[in-house]
Amino acid sequence: MSTIDMAGGSPERNPIARLWYDKETRSVILQILTIILLLTFFGYIIANAIENLRLLGKTFSFTFLFEPASYDINQHLIDYSSTSTHLRAGIVGILNTLLVAVCGIILATILGFIMGVLRLSPNWLVNRLIYCIIEFVRNVPVLLHILLVHGIIVHTLPQPRGLPDWANWGDTFFLTNRGLFMPSPEFGGAFWLVWIAFFAAIGFSIWFKKYAKKIQDDTGRILPVFWTSVGAIIGLPLVAYFITGMPLSWEIPTLGKFNLKGGMTIRPEFMALWLALSIYTACFIAEIVRAGILSVSKGQWEASQALGASRGLTLKNVIIPQALRVIVPPLTSQYLNITKNSSLAIAIGYMDIVATIGGISLMQTGKEMETMIIVLLFYLTVSLLISAFMNWYNKRIKLVER
Amino acid sequence: MTTQDQAVQSYAPGEHPDLPAPMLTSGPLFWIKENLFSSWLNVVLTVLTMLLLWAVIPPLLSWAFVDSVFTAADRNECRELGSGACWAFISERFTFFIYAFYPAGERWRVNLAFILMILALVPLLYDKTPYRKYGLIYACFFPVLAYWLLLGGFGLKEVETHTFGGVMLNLVIGVTGIACSLPIGILLALGRQSNMPVVRMLCVVFIEFFRGVPLITILFVASTMLSYFLPPGSEFDLLLRVLIMVTLFSAAYMAEVVRGGLQAIPKGQYEASDSMGLKYWQSMRLIVLPQALKISIPGIVNTFIGLFKDTTLVLIIGLLDLLGLGRSALADSKWNGLSTEIYMSVAIFFFICCFGMSRYSLYLERKLETGHAR
Repeated sequence: MSTIDMAGGSPERNPIARLWYDKETRSVILQILTIILLLTFFGYIIANAIENLRLLGKTFSFTFLFEPASYDINQHLIDYSSTSTHLRAGIVGILNTLLVAVCGIILATILGFIMGVLRLSPNWLVNRLIYCIIEFVRNVPVLLHILLVHGIIVHTLPQPRGLPDWANWGDTFFLTNRGLFMPSPEFGGAFWLVWIAFFAAIGFSIWFKKYAKKIQDDTGRILPVFWTSVGAIIGLPLVAYFITGMPLSWEIPTLGKFNLKGGMTIRPEFMALWLALSIYTACFIAEIVRAGILSVSKGQWEASQALGASRGLTLKNVIIPQALRVIVPPLTSQYLNITKNSSLAIAIGYMDIVATIGGISLMQTGKEMETMIIVLLFYLTVSLLISAFMNWYNKRIKLVER
Repeated sequence: MTTQDQAVQSYAPGEHPDLPAPMLTSGPLFWIKENLFSSWLNVVLTVLTMLLLWAVIPPLLSWAFVDSVFTAADRNECRELGSGACWAFISERFTFFIYAFYPAGERWRVNLAFILMILALVPLLYDKTPYRKYGLIYACFFPVLAYWLLLGGFGLKEVETHTFGGVMLNLVIGVTGIACSLPIGILLALGRQSNMPVVRMLCVVFIEFFRGVPLITILFVASTMLSYFLPPGSEFDLLLRVLIMVTLFSAAYMAEVVRGGLQAIPKGQYEASDSMGLKYWQSMRLIVLPQALKISIPGIVNTFIGLFKDTTLVLIIGLLDLLGLGRSALADSKWNGLSTEIYMSVAIFFFICCFGMSRYSLYLERKLETGHAR
């Protein structure tokens, strides 16, 4: 009797211990404890924040966004002056961030794919050279790349005054330490028709692709989809351009005594940030591309050739779709990295969201919490959007197993 | 007849000595043909690369070594002595770049801490170290020792953290971050896999938040906003705030890497350890984590490398790490316009550290390879 009690007894006697030894109940207890701890923690820090704000005589509100910012931003895609509001300064910053991110993504992808393919080249000299470049660039902080490129642009490129001939390309493009000056387009009255033609051509290409697929499914005849689309997308806007009487003129920068006037400028900060981010990320992309191509087994090439497909058709329909399945997920996270790394702009004075709202607006208004919340929310939104897109794309190209 | 005789007499059947392979199917010539000139495209690529190297390497070498100046009093003297790089600036500031503002009389403590760190790393990294067990115990106590040596107290003169800088600051942040982010990352990864919804949600939110924002903004939060959440009037060391934030940031990335490893472990392993009657922590410690961590080594080391490179970002909130010191040294009017030299030196330092780490990860992968990879 007593032995039986001893064996299963001790937990049964104590109801609390019995609850603890039940797996389900224990997990509920642990979770309730977690919630309580979490709520206490947040309650504590929020109470602290309220108390601190009260002691400093500050309030928590976003009304400062509608007050004049009274600072200048040297690169703005929309109208901005120092009398504009903090909100507008923030939008200018967001646009600058997105601009450098998009430009960086495009250049990094192109460079990365080229380097990834060259890295696989049978040519020993080429693939060793690319390997050395990739290893060197990858193992050095991106901030250092940005500062280095900025330093090179600012310190070694010529000044506008007494510009040497090699930096003056046909009196239309000028490369100086104040940026790359180039002609800016001026759209005439009827130019919107060209845009309409452009979008119509894209719509036509999409329709034509579907139509060609239907024809191929029904009759087996293959229509030249690629060249038709290219012809439409280039041809239609050109036709519209000439019909409307060429409503596009270029404003060419002129070399003054001390500086250049007119035209468009790519500022040195933008150039440094763009080039440094692109080169740095391209090296990561190159390794991703290399891994993707290597992941497609040789048998796929052979099988496709055995079916009589040409090399181009094999690449397009067999190899690239399979390689993309490996390449795309890490590629998207590299795109995310470019966007996040563009926040390093503040180190060289490029006015992105961190430098406008999180930098100067914060200093001027003393609203640390509000400004930082805006910046954090912006990056979180971008990240979540890109991850959502990535998940959607992943699902679309996932292997369909039968 | 004579030749036939000789041939027959010289060699018994099957004893004819091997002749060398034809010139173009082996040896260096073959290698060159195969690797550099195998097709027209390759010939073009080889020639282009040769031209590129010829255009870049000799000027670079002459800039860095032949025409460069290693000792000079200032920039102008540098210009007179040679047209290349002016390394004199680097050699003049060398000790400053390492110790920054750490009191000159106490610098032996930094050196000692560095030597002790190497001594702690050897048994950790190399499993054939003699007396490895004692080495590992010592490695556990090293952080305390390093804290005492660097900050002082208990008989040593106290040194404030704002004097930290240069290489030393990079190492302090990097080593602390690396040592703390792995365990936190593992816990987060386990939490994300947990079957308790509250714990799982908590971990997901934590991980996604830190992965969704740039480190810069988190450092800004640490330097501007964090003091609001502390009890009024409390002071909190800036370096400590940065250390916490950097650790949490890379722990979130670490968690995702470890989660990848955990997901790659077949379900049978979890079930087997359950059927052995192991409790959760036992089964994780003995069965699942050893396998999961082994597959995630490349990712873990990549996160370490990323963390070490990210230590440079502290310059944006005003801590002077190696890069920050270099950048502020550019303002020295005696040595203006030397940005390339400074940044190249800093780049070489980071390259050596990070490349070393990635080589070690390759070595570790090969060592732990058990030969039944799927």
